[in-house]
Amino acid sequence: MMQFAIFNYVQPRDFADKRPENDPDGPAWGAYTKALIEAGVMVSGAALKPSHTATTLRIADGRRDLHDGPYAETKEQLGGFYIIDVPDVDAALAWAARNPAASTGAVEVRPIMQG
Amino acid sequence: MSHEAASKAAERIARLSYGKLVAMLAVRSRDIAGAEDALGEALLRAITDWSRFGVPANPEAWLVTVARRIDADRWRRAVAAADGAARWLLLEDERLATEDFEIPDDRLRLMLVCAHPALDPHLHTPLMLQAVLGIDARRIASAFLVSPATMGQRLSRAKARIAEAGIRFELPDRSDLPRRSDAVLAAIYAAYSLGWELAFIDAARSLDLVKEAIWLARLLIELEPGNSEAHALLALVMFAEARRAARRDPSTGGFVPLSEQDTSFWDLAMIAEAEHALRVAGELGTSGRFGFEAAIQAVHSARRLTGTTNWIAIEHLYRGLLLVSPTIGAHIGHAVSLAEVGSAVSALAHLDALPEELTSRHQPYWVARAHLLAIAGDIGGATQAYEKAIGLTEDVASRRFLMARKAQSEDLTSRNDQISAHPIAVVRKSE
Repeated sequence: MMQFAIFNYVQPRDFADKRPENDPDGPAWGAYTKALIEAGVMVSGAALKPSHTATTLRIADGRRDLHDGPYAETKEQLGGFYIIDVPDVDAALAWAARNPAASTGAVEVRPIMQG
Repeated sequence: MSHEAASKAAERIARLSYGKLVAMLAVRSRDIAGAEDALGEALLRAITDWSRFGVPANPEAWLVTVARRIDADRWRRAVAAADGAARWLLLEDERLATEDFEIPDDRLRLMLVCAHPALDPHLHTPLMLQAVLGIDARRIASAFLVSPATMGQRLSRAKARIAEAGIRFELPDRSDLPRRSDAVLAAIYAAYSLGWELAFIDAARSLDLVKEAIWLARLLIELEPGNSEAHALLALVMFAEARRAARRDPSTGGFVPLSEQDTSFWDLAMIAEAEHALRVAGELGTSGRFGFEAAIQAVHSARRLTGTTNWIAIEHLYRGLLLVSPTIGAHIGHAVSLAEVGSAVSALAHLDALPEELTSRHQPYWVARAHLLAIAGDIGGATQAYEKAIGLTEDVASRRFLMARKAQSEDLTSRNDQISAHPIAVVRKSE
């Protein structure tokens, strides 16, 4: 078995008051998470608050440089991630394809280093 | 002749004759990868050569000759192992002996090799798409949901195996041909199914794959006109493809299930071709998997004339299909048809009997299950099955459709609680 991280890159959504419980895609994420759990492949995961709540920090030449917002200003932003445990990369890609972000933004699948 | 015109001409030949030329080059050497490399280089040379001297009278022959020369040079340079030298001599002889020749069509041999039982069956379709149609590894990888690097490696390994295992490029004898052709049919069907699944994920690629499947099916018919299952497969693909435009709601872009499709969006020319192919298959005496599958689609297509779907016929045909090809898809289709002829309970019992390792991650199973539970009035069960189906769905249109269905069935229960009617009756009305 191998562990993979699946990063969900989502388009910033315009739904009323931006509260997660009002996201029309909320049930789709719930169903996907449940499918991962029921298949016994879920290790962990987290949903992140929108990218405008991020603070990015760099320290260069001993000076701190902070700015509001995400590290990279891209159209799709990291919205959360899953860690899954599956037999191989093909299985990881099959789960990535079912991720709701795959059809609206993008998902990145990365093997996790195992010592 | 301009450079551009020459590359257009080369491109056209590459598209039309790719598989034929690879087959021709690989038949003797059994080296598909080598044949593809040599042909690729010959096509590059064609662009420069043809822009200076014009397109030769027999461009295919020109390409084969040049590709052979390239292949021979490679062998000469590869400080030939003993057999390399012998092979080079053979190639040289051939080249000198045949400057003006008709190219035999070896594509059937190539198809049979790509679908050879000694190769991993998962690679039959990708190999055929690449070797016969010249589709690049990245596109194949995307269709099969495999990383492009991995797909490239798998294809090269399979080609190396063909060369090493000495898989012979010959037509099996009559007793063995049907069995071997079945693997080719299965590979073509897999290409079509992928195209079908991709319809809402990547419309352009979906269309490409389906077109390629149609192309391969027609080619197989041309090469094996007596193969009834090949005609039936073409019929199956055409019936389904005829409904492409009707699968989407023109105003919302949403998913429309077959039973609710507006038949005026169906492509009549494709249906006519499908019906013709099915007739030919019938005359040749088909009772194979694709014969049944095409017949089921023919019944669905008849709704455009009768306004109703003859579920009794469909249920019978699924029983026949299960005898010859008891796939999970056939079991699901049969269960749905059972519910339509009025026995939702036995339909559910059918689904229950399927082994869990086949069903637990099979999205269509959960869609069918949710639908049948809703009909049977088990709204709690339907909700759970819908949720499972939603979690396993890849495309956004189907996901939204299922979310709406789930909400619809829950909505009915809450209303049923108020009026305490029989949920079955209420659900039935909405179906």
